Amino acid sequence: MSDVSRSAAMAAPATINVTLEVNGRSCTLTIAPWTTLLDALRDRLGLTGTKKGCDQGQCGACTVLVDGRRINSCLTLAVMKDGAKVTTIEGLETDGTLHPLQQAFIDHDAFQCGYCTPGQICSAAGLIAEGKAKTPDQIRELMSGNICRCGAYPNILAAIQQAMTAMGGKS
Amino acid sequence: MIKFQYDRAADVTDAVRQIAADPEARFIAGGTNLIDLMKYQVERPPRLIDISRLPLTSVEETPGGGLRIGALVPNTDLAYHPLVEQRYPILSSAIMSGASQQLRNMASTGGNLVQRTRCFYFYDVTMACNKRQPGSGCAAIKGINRINAILGTSESCIATHPSDMCVALAVLDAKVHVTGLSGSREIAVVDFHRLPGDTPQIDNNLRRDEIITAIELPAQGFAANHSYLKIRDRLSYAFALVSVAAALELESGRIKTGRLALGGVAHKPWRSVEAEAALRGQAAGPETFARAAEIVLRDAKGFGHNDFKIDLARRAIVRTLTQAANATPQSQADKRIR
Ligand SMILES: Cc1cc2nc3c(=O)[nH]c(=O)nc-3n(C[C@H](O)[C@H](O)[C@H](O)COP(=O)(O)OP(=O)(O)OC[C@H]3O[C@@H](n4cnc5c(N)ncnc54)[C@H](O)[C@@H]3O)c2cc1C
Ligand code: SF4
Ligand code: FES
Ligand code: FES
Repeated sequence: MSDVSRSAAMAAPATINVTLEVNGRSCTLTIAPWTTLLDALRDRLGLTGTKKGCDQGQCGACTVLVDGRRINSCLTLAVMKDGAKVTTIEGLETDGTLHPLQQAFIDHDAFQCGYCTPGQICSAAGLIAEGKAKTPDQIRELMSGNICRCGAYPNILAAIQQAMTAMGGKS
Repeated sequence: MIKFQYDRAADVTDAVRQIAADPEARFIAGGTNLIDLMKYQVERPPRLIDISRLPLTSVEETPGGGLRIGALVPNTDLAYHPLVEQRYPILSSAIMSGASQQLRNMASTGGNLVQRTRCFYFYDVTMACNKRQPGSGCAAIKGINRINAILGTSESCIATHPSDMCVALAVLDAKVHVTGLSGSREIAVVDFHRLPGDTPQIDNNLRRDEIITAIELPAQGFAANHSYLKIRDRLSYAFALVSVAAALELESGRIKTGRLALGGVAHKPWRSVEAEAALRGQAAGPETFARAAEIVLRDAKGFGHNDFKIDLARRAIVRTLTQAANATPQSQADKRIR
């Protein structure tokens, strides 16, 4: 390592200003570059609906929508998403009316402990927006990035099918 | 998570300049592999150079009838691209067999190539690992090596390259376009990843100052007769124990061209020129396929826990070639293997 890069590495790296539109509200945060989007949402914005399960991309509990696409917020640096639109579970309802997926999860009792549920619902919102899943096999496969340790999978599938019908395949 | 400095690259030239000036820095694209490794302290770059905003996101037809895919095209977009689905369905299939939709939405084409092994001991900084810490030994050789390699291993390392996408790229004879301080060059995908030898810390032939800008697919896509079969411990969202990409060009029941690559078995996508030669001109049937499998696995070597992979690979090769010949490629949604 050269002296220049060593001193750069040793100096406390600067914090960075990041502007995100979260659930329709613009927020500017001053954060360290190593802050994940998940930690920024939970610890800085108080949006604790998005869950931290594995923190390593292996469970899907942290799924949110960024510019309309579902991603794992635990493997995303908040600084990399500067300027992006983020939708979390808290942003799915409109004026006190539950999103069709939220209603369907209640109707089908698609959870036990509920820890995976925000991730499941955000992931399903992404799935419906993609418009690729038609059959139960396809829904299962494209929802495989969301693990449910309680094993509520059959009811999750039924809930997603109900919401898909209710939404006419649109997000 | 480690602490680091964060910079953005303004364009490809700037990215190259920044990485060349700081040998400890790393590019970050989707972040799905690098951030994970940084959380485990396996990778400890003092500085990240964010290339995710560079305009390397297009898929374009080449004059030769092929496709040029920008290094930042997300895996999902590549798999769903109409030209890829039509002309290179084996590539779509292989990508869709890997990771999860959330991860594929983040993962880039370039990052997928450069992703590192999933060897348990590589991830565990308390264990000996020549890839993570050259000279420290290899804990996998006498350890729990169920997921490790059976082909092309060395006394230093028995890790596998975990990508599914790269196995399809190997069968398609894709090329990797890279740019560095001294200009641009092309590397055949089959020559991109390396065998471990006594330098397992070096995964591939990308130079320190180089950035991947694109992948190029030649015209021949084997759309009629192909299959990607991935065998793993659970049916989705798991890395391959063994995977096989098979692509055939048939002429009245005989094999004009046969291509075969394996994933999950070596430090790189494993192609066997010899096995492909044995397919050429032969009837597309079980005897031919069994002979090809025999050739691929002739020098295979297990390390105890992964001995089963040899037989699994043999059967998977025959099955995948059969699927390709019958034009019934493995579905990645319906998990039954036919
Ligand atoms: C839980 C989990 C399951 C997974 N399952 C699978 C699976 O089943 N099959 C599979 O194939 N993959 C799987 N993956 C791996 C995934 O495909 C890779 O993590 C992904 O493709 C890496 O791409 P990225 O853009 O996120 O790379 P990053 O994490 O951004 O980068 C990875 C490496 O590539 C380098 N890099 C990135 N872009 C460039 C470039 N243009 N030029 C030069 N260097 C570059 C970076 O410096 C870094 O060293 C899984 C990952 C996770 C977390
Ligand atoms: S197989 Fe390779 S990656 Fe795994 S412990 Fe041995 S040296 Fe490390
Ligand atoms: S917390 Fe992000 S995938 Fe588990
Ligand atoms: S409801 Fe408990 S993990 Fe899914």
